[in-house]
Amino acid sequence: MSDAVPDQIYFEDIEVGDSIPELEKNPTSQQLVQWAAGSGDFYQIHYDTSYAQDTGLDDIIVHGALKHAFLGELLWRFAGPEGQVKRVQCSYRGMDPAAQGRESAQEKKFTLRGTVTRKYTEGERNIVELNIEGVRADGSVSTPGQGVVVLPSRG
Amino acid sequence: MADQQFESVITDEMKALIGVKGPETVSELTTTSVRMFARSVGYVDPAFYDEAVAQERGFRSLPAPPGYLGTPIYNPADSDPTFGGRRGGGGFRSPYPLVLNGGTDIEYTGEQICAGDTLTSATALASLNERWSGALGVPMLIQVSETTYTNQNGKVVAISRGTGISYPAPGG
Repeated sequence: MSDAVPDQIYFEDIEVGDSIPELEKNPTSQQLVQWAAGSGDFYQIHYDTSYAQDTGLDDIIVHGALKHAFLGELLWRFAGPEGQVKRVQCSYRGMDPAAQGRESAQEKKFTLRGTVTRKYTEGERNIVELNIEGVRADGSVSTPGQGVVVLPSRG
Repeated sequence: MADQQFESVITDEMKALIGVKGPETVSELTTTSVRMFARSVGYVDPAFYDEAVAQERGFRSLPAPPGYLGTPIYNPADSDPTFGGRRGGGGFRSPYPLVLNGGTDIEYTGEQICAGDTLTSATALASLNERWSGALGVPMLIQVSETTYTNQNGKVVAISRGTGISYPAPGG
């Protein structure tokens, strides 16, 4: 996959207000089960529809921590191979469904976006702060947050 | 619009737990556990899968993807089957049975976190609040827990703040 490691971006190339490259995810029930094993979170509301409905939910939902990890990947890709992710913060403001059965994963598209809000140097570290968000297929934001990365300098 | 009235479930005993660190949990990162986590997020960066690539990029071994702070070491004989190992705000237990995740905030100190590391963590309850959920029609208890992760060399590698939302069964 050609974009497995995005090209390195440098501190000097970033301006406040810049949007960073988006990341699109298509969570499916299969991915939620994979995440349960990867993260160790086996709460049934993420893979058992009747259990989820007994707790008042309409259906199974994407794990909050998986949405956090998606935002982490957005920042990892932005920071590039020479950068560093310093902070990933988000609030889970709403439930996000996962594609099930014959549903197209595209219908449950979840897009990660970010915008640079501040850049500064602290000691020898070039720090970039961002507003980040997870956006549903209908355009509503379920997962707003903030991120901080350290970028390399061209200097 | 006035909030729906409801009875507080926060007791003095609960408030007394704020700031008190709970027992330590030991978590490990292995090459397999890093790869499993990375796959489950959907990473295709070879640094998470190929140790030679990770080392070329300056990591000691496969790096932990953001959000991965190890897998707790536990025996199911004495653990929670849902989350494994110990979880939550120290000794705090919500009186409500159902739980949602309200938010996650992880700050990294800059120390590498890689396969082969062992992280020791301890959690303290940071705050307790209540509000009415219009969506579910029930009161909600909102707890923020702060967990500090220290590596095998005694260095703090990350501080995580988790917001837990617990609530009674709707209509129950």
